[in-house]
Amino acid sequence: MAVAATETHRAIDAIWKIESPKLIAGLTRVVRDIGVAEDLAHDALVAALEQWPDAGVPNNPGAWLMATAKHRAVDHFRRNAMVERKHAEIGYELEADQRAAVADFDAALDDDVGDDLLRLMFTACHPVLSAEARVALTLRLLGGMTTDEIARAFLVSESTIAQRIVRAKRTLADTRVPFEVPRGADRDERLSSVLEAIYLIFNEGYTATAGSDWMRPALCEDALRLGRILAELAPTEPEVHGLVALMEIQASRSRARIGRSGEPVVLLEQNRALWDQLLIHRGLAALSRAEKLGGPRGPYQLQASIAACHARARRSEDTDWRRILRVYDELAERAPSPIVDLNRAVAVAMADGPAAGLDLVDRLRAEPSLQQYHYLPSVRGDLLVKLGRLDEAAQEFERAASLTRNSRERNLLLDRAKACRTAS
Amino acid sequence: MRFMVLVKADKNSEAGVLPDTKMLADMGKYNEELVKAGVMLAGEGLQPSSKGARVRFSGGKKTVIDGPFTEAKELVAGFWLWQVKSKEEAIEWLKRAPFEETEVEIRQVFETDDFGQAMTPELREQEERLRKQVGEKK
Repeated sequence: MAVAATETHRAIDAIWKIESPKLIAGLTRVVRDIGVAEDLAHDALVAALEQWPDAGVPNNPGAWLMATAKHRAVDHFRRNAMVERKHAEIGYELEADQRAAVADFDAALDDDVGDDLLRLMFTACHPVLSAEARVALTLRLLGGMTTDEIARAFLVSESTIAQRIVRAKRTLADTRVPFEVPRGADRDERLSSVLEAIYLIFNEGYTATAGSDWMRPALCEDALRLGRILAELAPTEPEVHGLVALMEIQASRSRARIGRSGEPVVLLEQNRALWDQLLIHRGLAALSRAEKLGGPRGPYQLQASIAACHARARRSEDTDWRRILRVYDELAERAPSPIVDLNRAVAVAMADGPAAGLDLVDRLRAEPSLQQYHYLPSVRGDLLVKLGRLDEAAQEFERAASLTRNSRERNLLLDRAKACRTAS
Repeated sequence: MRFMVLVKADKNSEAGVLPDTKMLADMGKYNEELVKAGVMLAGEGLQPSSKGARVRFSGGKKTVIDGPFTEAKELVAGFWLWQVKSKEEAIEWLKRAPFEETEVEIRQVFETDDFGQAMTPELREQEERLRKQVGEKK
């Protein structure tokens, strides 16, 4: 019995991960408040946990959860109506409101959930929220993750995440963010806010900014899944496919970018035979979906094009740096940033030699936003090594080591500094 | 984590009988759901074993045996590759598949870390070398 109960609990956990985003999305459309919707969905989960271990998992668990949540929602409306009626003698109108709400509810349940999921994604990633809040809320509402799971993934305390989510939901309620898919002029900004949150999740997994692991692959998988879902919900947005392409291609290198003792291996030194051909194939397919939609190429699509150039080169010496440089030129124009300039400098170094690259990097040294960015001294160190200026290179690697919060990366940088000092 | 879902062959699939329109429609809908949920990485149906072959390795000798093969139940008629969070999630997804009379197997795909201690640096190096050779031949 105990074993069976545990098995059912594991099944419920899996069903929750599959169904909760749809459940919360459908409920939010009716109750117009993410917090209330989440509570109702949670009530349904509690009911499942109480009933399923004995009664068995129903044939259509998603429909069961939705029906249960619906009953709770109707109770919720009745309760609210009664409270309001005590405050004011307008019972008649409220009665009608309540009937309308229940009718809305039935319509919402019958409708395609796709639109509601897209609304939920836009709402959870509303620019009124900080990037951190968007990330936490997205993983919670659309990734079906518990607060504890999110906290562990980001190496922060559970209460930090819980507070972040509570505050985010309050902000959404206070600012009366409508539950809708934005149209018109607003849409581009809103969409980039969604894409940014997904890419932040991916990057946190891909290059863990803190801690002893260089990668936390589960977060990459979560981000990829969210991206793939979004690509089907908003199939006509080139940048969505651009982001998916970028993530698929980057993820294809996961196996190759960790060395034997867990140390990072840079792109050009990776064993390309370890690259995941399935993910590369998926990435290139997503990129061509983006290209087929036409229009000016956005920053994600451009970055994916660069990643695709690397993916297509069977050996690092086959890399088409001229082509990469052309894409960086376009990227620097479309989405100018010191980080793009820094990466462009690397491409210049590969195409025209380390001195040309160093020249560009040196111009970026005064850039305020790069002062704490470890990649700048690390790139500079690389180029100095190639130019035989080992003492200066050692200093740069040491500086880079002092700036990174990832211990694996720090060790690697300190090793390189030591090697420079020994060789000079 | 990734799971491979193996659909077994039956008399019909081995005879090359194609699924009827309803089954095709149901399967199409199911596949769409998997894609929409970001779960499906790949999936293919396989032709009958009469169009395939086996190579038997025995004491260094290699013998080619042409299909068809008997024991339909042990043959694979199609597969999916899924990305999910747990075996339970894979099971939940599989339960939603529109099959009526068959048995479908779920197998977790090895990730490099799963080999643990058994994967010594030497073995790992060998594997990397092999992968590289395979990659270069492509």
